Amino acid sequence: MDLRFTPEELAFRDEVRTFFHENLPESIRTKLVEGKKLAKDDIVTWQRILNKKGWAVANWPVEWGGTGWTPVQQYIFQEELQLTPAPQPLGFGVTMVGPVMIAFGSETQKKHFLPRIANLEDWWCQGFSEPGSGSDLASLRTAAKRDGDHYIVNGQKTWTTLAQHADWIFCLVRTDPQAKKQEGISFLLIDMKTPGITVRPIITIEGGHEVNEVFFDDVNVPVENLVGQENKGWDYAKYLLGRERTGIARVGLSKERIRRIKELAALERDGERPLIEDERFREKLAAVEVELKALEMTQLRVVAAERHRTDNRPDPASSILKIKGSEIQQATTELLMEVVGPYALPYQPEREDDDRWNEPPIGPEWAGPIAPTYFNWRKTTIYGGTNEIQKNIVAKAILGL
Amino acid sequence: MDFDLSEEQRLLKDSLDRLIGDRYAFEQRKAYAQNAEGWSRELWRQYAELGLLGLPFAEADGGSGGGPVETMLVMEAIGRGLVLEPYFATVVLGGGFLRHGGNAELRREVVPKIADGSLILAFGQTERNSRWNLADVMTRARRDGSGWVLDGEKGVVLYGDSAGKLIVTARLGGGQRDREGIGVFLVDAAAPGISRRGYPTQDGLRAAEVTLAGVRVGADAVLGEPGAGLPLVERVVDEGVAALCAEAVGAMAIMHELTVEYLKTRRQFGREIGSFQVLQHRAVDMLIALEQARSMAMYATMMAAEENATERRDAISAAKIQIGRSGKFVGQQAIQLHGGIGMTMEYKVGHYFKRVTMIDTIFGDADYHLRALARRGGSPIAT
Ligand SMILES: Cc1cc2nc3c(=O)[nH]c(=O)nc-3n(C[C@H](O)[C@H](O)[C@H](O)COP(=O)(O)OP(=O)(O)OC[C@H]3O[C@@H](n4cnc5c(N)ncnc54)[C@H](O)[C@@H]3O)c2cc1C
Repeated sequence: MDLRFTPEELAFRDEVRTFFHENLPESIRTKLVEGKKLAKDDIVTWQRILNKKGWAVANWPVEWGGTGWTPVQQYIFQEELQLTPAPQPLGFGVTMVGPVMIAFGSETQKKHFLPRIANLEDWWCQGFSEPGSGSDLASLRTAAKRDGDHYIVNGQKTWTTLAQHADWIFCLVRTDPQAKKQEGISFLLIDMKTPGITVRPIITIEGGHEVNEVFFDDVNVPVENLVGQENKGWDYAKYLLGRERTGIARVGLSKERIRRIKELAALERDGERPLIEDERFREKLAAVEVELKALEMTQLRVVAAERHRTDNRPDPASSILKIKGSEIQQATTELLMEVVGPYALPYQPEREDDDRWNEPPIGPEWAGPIAPTYFNWRKTTIYGGTNEIQKNIVAKAILGL
Repeated sequence: MDFDLSEEQRLLKDSLDRLIGDRYAFEQRKAYAQNAEGWSRELWRQYAELGLLGLPFAEADGGSGGGPVETMLVMEAIGRGLVLEPYFATVVLGGGFLRHGGNAELRREVVPKIADGSLILAFGQTERNSRWNLADVMTRARRDGSGWVLDGEKGVVLYGDSAGKLIVTARLGGGQRDREGIGVFLVDAAAPGISRRGYPTQDGLRAAEVTLAGVRVGADAVLGEPGAGLPLVERVVDEGVAALCAEAVGAMAIMHELTVEYLKTRRQFGREIGSFQVLQHRAVDMLIALEQARSMAMYATMMAAEENATERRDAISAAKIQIGRSGKFVGQQAIQLHGGIGMTMEYKVGHYFKRVTMIDTIFGDADYHLRALARRGGSPIAT
């Protein structure tokens, strides 16, 4: 047992770090540091830089543009992205639909879509949740009826992240209403430009637009856009949801937040001295750092165990990483609220035309995004399977209860 | 011991509940927020007609002689409705300064204008570097003949943009954080030298950054003792915190109601989500947190008029700590148990969550008061 990275792994980390620092546009990095929203272009720009380097779809098989890195290298890569901080490659393509196509898609699908995902020619979004089907996803009702060489899709998806930018949506749809609920579901790829699709924004509590409702009204989808076999979609969805074992805890992101907390708490004065010198504040911060270190070690254990795995079944350990990781992320947003103090109060929405917006900030120039981030980050214990559902999974799969 | 309301107080509570029920539905609130000032002058006039704006003032001054319990009832209703109008800024804080620091002549002049709804007040305390320390004042007051000249900047002044008069703290002498040397001034918001930048707050209310540049005021602008104003500020702020505690309890109670209601109606896996024991326990924990907060809001109300400043300060800190902690738990869980819906602007619960979160940032968050209380030797144990 050796808990440290090998010299080769350290060299790899330096290589990744150097590349990120030399190639990530500073404007994008600054937005991430300051907790501001990225524009679509920022994400596209970065993914194309990564793609040129051959790192856009690092986790894929080499045949499809992957890197062939070890799980530890994959982990280091993720970690460095979050620490830089740099945008994550768009997960809907890179970690979700791409791997599903690679495992279950047709040759035509792979040849057409995979390079476009790598270069972010197609922006994908995830159409799983519905108004009546959140935690109980298998109860979904959006229907796809076979009609010659097409499916006709009717229904509604919701909470669809960044559907406003999307070219394509991958959906779970019901193709056999008679079958047991998990057995009548298929996995369909749908062009967002198809007539009959309407996207409506959902504004979240902090005032941002990142989720949407997507309505399907007699939408024609060619049968060749079915992934794998009809009525096997649930298996593919489980494959998709269970694949993300590393990165889900977002340890790097929390580390970067803690760095930011220290930086800002050194600027913010509390009476005679900076807040960072307040004993109680430091204790609270240290307590979060300890939890984070423990999570990092837990995550590394999961990563290291990866090479012994032969199957592709969901690993219930990823539930543990998700639960603890989201709790720590939320704790960091709470600490930032303490740092900003009374200047949490002014609402200073970000402008899309940021450059032309030259009203001076209210209070410290870094205060604006702090309360909105605290509000918005409540989502992390809800999306991707709520923390309650994750605990149900652990109770069942690990504890046998 | 008697926790029951008097007959009159019950009538007040009923009429408040009716008012909020009739006039503060979610959609109505949205419409009020669209007004230029971010709240409704028309409703303000109704509050005046109902006697709410003159409630805490002595009858001799043109009020109706209510006490802390009456204020608690109003503020709790304000919390339940997420009311946008500047009751806290005008009646609780502004009114508090007049009651405790205004001479009889001033009270007779100003209180009727508050009571009839024609005057909005705002309290400028926070400065860019003060955080929540009430003694941390850099705004300067210089002698000028018999009057004063004020220079400085005040931040996050609640409803500072709507106010007709501002109450500001300024330093007559001493160092930045000295307890001595602070004065409290009542200033016409339109006075030359005052500029205001109003903005919405995270929770949909209003505040302003206020700059005072060579603002001249007369000798009669001073509230309380010139140079010894801090005890007055502390007293008014303590009453204010008690009122905020009541508001937070109102908001928490609604979040809890909405959540329990949702647990009974939302179905997943073929049954109500309220049938899952883990969610039942969570809802119970929310209730416990709410009841603890309610008790402390009552305690704060009881202690708000305490003459012994040390005891009063400790009690108020204790209440603010409890409210901050309960508010965080109830708010976060209310969102969590609603799932995605809880995260949306279109649904009520998030707005309550934001308000309760922001209440924690006004006049000291839970940790600030915890430190203060611990430094003073801990909470007084009931004797
Ligand atoms: C910001 C955001 C982005 C999202 N992005 C996407 C996306 O891109 N694509 C997509 O398909 N979906 C997305 N989602 C949807 C997300 O996956 C769902 O919100 C989530 O699965 C919960 O479903 P729900 O909101 O319907 O809540 P519900 O399932 O109704 O849950 C309500 C509450 O009940 C609890 N609960 C439910 N069942 C149980 C049980 N058996 N035991 C104990 N507790 C239970 C839940 O934990 C929760 O607290 C997103 C959600 C958010 C908030």
